[in-house]
Amino acid sequence: MTPDPRIAEALARLPDYLGGHVLVSVLALALGLAVSFPLALAARDHPNLRQLLLAAASIVQTVPGLALLALFYPFLLALGALAERTFGIGFSALGLLPSVLALALYSVLPVLRNTLAGIAGIEPAIAEAARGVGMTRNQSLFMVELPLALPVIMAGIRTAAVWVIGTATLSTPIGQTSLGNYIFTGLQTQNWIFVLFGCAAAAALALLVDQILGLIESGLRARNRTRVISGGVALAVIVLGGLLPAFAHPRAGYVVGAKTFTEQYILAALIDQRLNAAGLTAARREGLGSSVILNALADGEIDVYVEYSGTLWANQLHRNDVKPREEVLAAVSKWLADTKSITMLGGLGFENAYALAMRRDRAHALGIRSMADLVRSAPRLSIAGDYEFFARPEWAAISKTYGLAFREQRQMQPEFMYPAVAAGDVDVISAYSSDGLIAKYDLVVLDDPKHAIPPYDAILLVAPRRVNDAALIDAVRPLIGTIDVAAMREANLRASGGTDSSADAVARWLWDRIGKRNGVTQ
Amino acid sequence: MTQATAISFESVTKAFGDRHAPTLDTVSLAVRDQEFLAIVGPSGAGKTSLLRLVNRLDDPSAGTVRVDGEDVRTLDPVELRRRIGYVFQGVGLFPHMTVAENIGITPKLLNWDAARIDARVDELIDLVRLDRGEHRNRFPHELSGGEQQRVGVARAIAAKPRLVLMDEPFGALDPITRDVLGRDCRRLHEQLGLTTVMITHDMLEALLLADRIVVMRAGRIIADGTPRALMAREGDGYVQELMGPPRRQSEALRRLTNGEAP
Repeated sequence: MTPDPRIAEALARLPDYLGGHVLVSVLALALGLAVSFPLALAARDHPNLRQLLLAAASIVQTVPGLALLALFYPFLLALGALAERTFGIGFSALGLLPSVLALALYSVLPVLRNTLAGIAGIEPAIAEAARGVGMTRNQSLFMVELPLALPVIMAGIRTAAVWVIGTATLSTPIGQTSLGNYIFTGLQTQNWIFVLFGCAAAAALALLVDQILGLIESGLRARNRTRVISGGVALAVIVLGGLLPAFAHPRAGYVVGAKTFTEQYILAALIDQRLNAAGLTAARREGLGSSVILNALADGEIDVYVEYSGTLWANQLHRNDVKPREEVLAAVSKWLADTKSITMLGGLGFENAYALAMRRDRAHALGIRSMADLVRSAPRLSIAGDYEFFARPEWAAISKTYGLAFREQRQMQPEFMYPAVAAGDVDVISAYSSDGLIAKYDLVVLDDPKHAIPPYDAILLVAPRRVNDAALIDAVRPLIGTIDVAAMREANLRASGGTDSSADAVARWLWDRIGKRNGVTQ
Repeated sequence: MTQATAISFESVTKAFGDRHAPTLDTVSLAVRDQEFLAIVGPSGAGKTSLLRLVNRLDDPSAGTVRVDGEDVRTLDPVELRRRIGYVFQGVGLFPHMTVAENIGITPKLLNWDAARIDARVDELIDLVRLDRGEHRNRFPHELSGGEQQRVGVARAIAAKPRLVLMDEPFGALDPITRDVLGRDCRRLHEQLGLTTVMITHDMLEALLLADRIVVMRAGRIIADGTPRALMAREGDGYVQELMGPPRRQSEALRRLTNGEAP
């Protein structure tokens, strides 16, 4: 039995993902310690400050991890813009920085709480003896109180480390490479091997670090120097071992961005392969949120990615009127150039528009062929959309134009919507017109007779600093206008499961297919 | 014995808040140089509160405390504590330090060099009759209660103080250890020319060890005299109550020794 090729692919990505994960975890813990430790010491003689700090840290702890990470993005973006204006030096609001800051905040509570508890838990007679033998307040702290509180503090650091390592998987959507890349990519491409691999790797790392810190903690409790030192050495080995391969890796010349769904992973792989074929090195930054990725391109965090004209039309140009494809493309292209200095190389040849889809037999039974037909039945039907859908202007336009009010609205991961509608759990789903699953589950896409939904041409965007980069542009230009919606749908379907469903394999298949048809040779 | 005064309490009052009766109520007392003074009294009499004023673990609400004639409020509390030995109730050894590190702590705080501290630690281990090889690098929890308090005494006298304060140093020990350690302390007191103030619950211990005994009750001194004077004292009240058991015990023991019924 040959091992699943996805395992080999997962292993090949391990140095990169593990390195990113270790880096962000180590920095976050170091920062968290550097903040919480002095705070705890400052607060030890001030009960009010102590209450305040513990309350604040507890509140932070109740914010869901993903939300905390996401909140740092706009905050840093604004701060970065301010710094740029004030000092002329900006910084990236994406990736490492927001991840480290958010995770560091998470690590504050356990360290703060345990340091305070450790010091407060010292026998009064011992603290009194420290005064009695003639120690100053600081001598008492450093010679007696802290050494005695150290096992308790260490337990706090241990808790913090496990939290940080676990939560660091969530830094993927804000652009920090981590073991979460396996999970997010896997979820999007229905590559469950990746999802399991990512979960297992993060859990193994957390457990390993927990055990090592536990060893150090027990060494401190038992005043066993050997145990403390061997724990320290093991920890150093893990950190260095995690970081070295990532650093030894040659820095890639270009960075290809991808949003959070299958088609984007395939297209990023395709661009990556084209760059490699042209002798250029490239890295991929996948799983970037819709609102994050355009800024990442404008800031030069990524060099190239595939966007959709309708997304920019609605979200960036704030247009809710519907214009013909060419007009939208021209307006978007001009807006990108004028406001962001981003170059639109052109359309890939297909649209990935929002659409509403239903099971064929259900639609037939209810006599529904278009969105307009939904009006009568909607009050008895349920609709599911991805996390963005119901907040998007497209949904507002559809529901307003056709006067739709459903019995129930549900939010789901896109990859769960199709099985849900196929199983009859929901009646209507928000679908994407290039989605391969439409054919797989035998769904019908409802017509849009009143043109409520703007066109969504897939367009290739290039970062401002790469505008004159002929090598890059020549390498990716062959993709323009070559991918029709049928090819993309099939590619997406191929990526939705099976052993050859990795984004790279599908991208090779896609290139093969469009290359053959266009008579392009590699 | 010289008549110079090592410690004097001048009309010292210590009160915690207004609701309670003061812990110390205008106490005046002079401890003479090289005297072994025992303070006896029930729990809550103010014994520990009085002792803590000497090295400024607390400051009085009113009145003055002098050490070697100097008002302690004019002295830096940290420096003052480093030159006064203190043996704590319940020992108070640092659990994360070895015997040697515990003993050497005050010299270390005084920035003695390492070799001098080492030599001093060895000297003290001998002085309190512990074993260098066996005890030097042990941690406190590995020692018996008596051994721990020997370390406590060694720590108190490590930086060669002339004044040693002991707060119920033998309270938790068995009678034999207590007796041996008490006599060892008395020996050290004489050998080193110390001024010692020892708090105890036990009048018998005070009678056998001290040059002078002060009896406290409810924040006041109610008796002050040599052991001989207290044994001979007549009348009634708390002091007589306190003297009852030692008198009866000594009488019973005397009869036993003479072959009579106790």
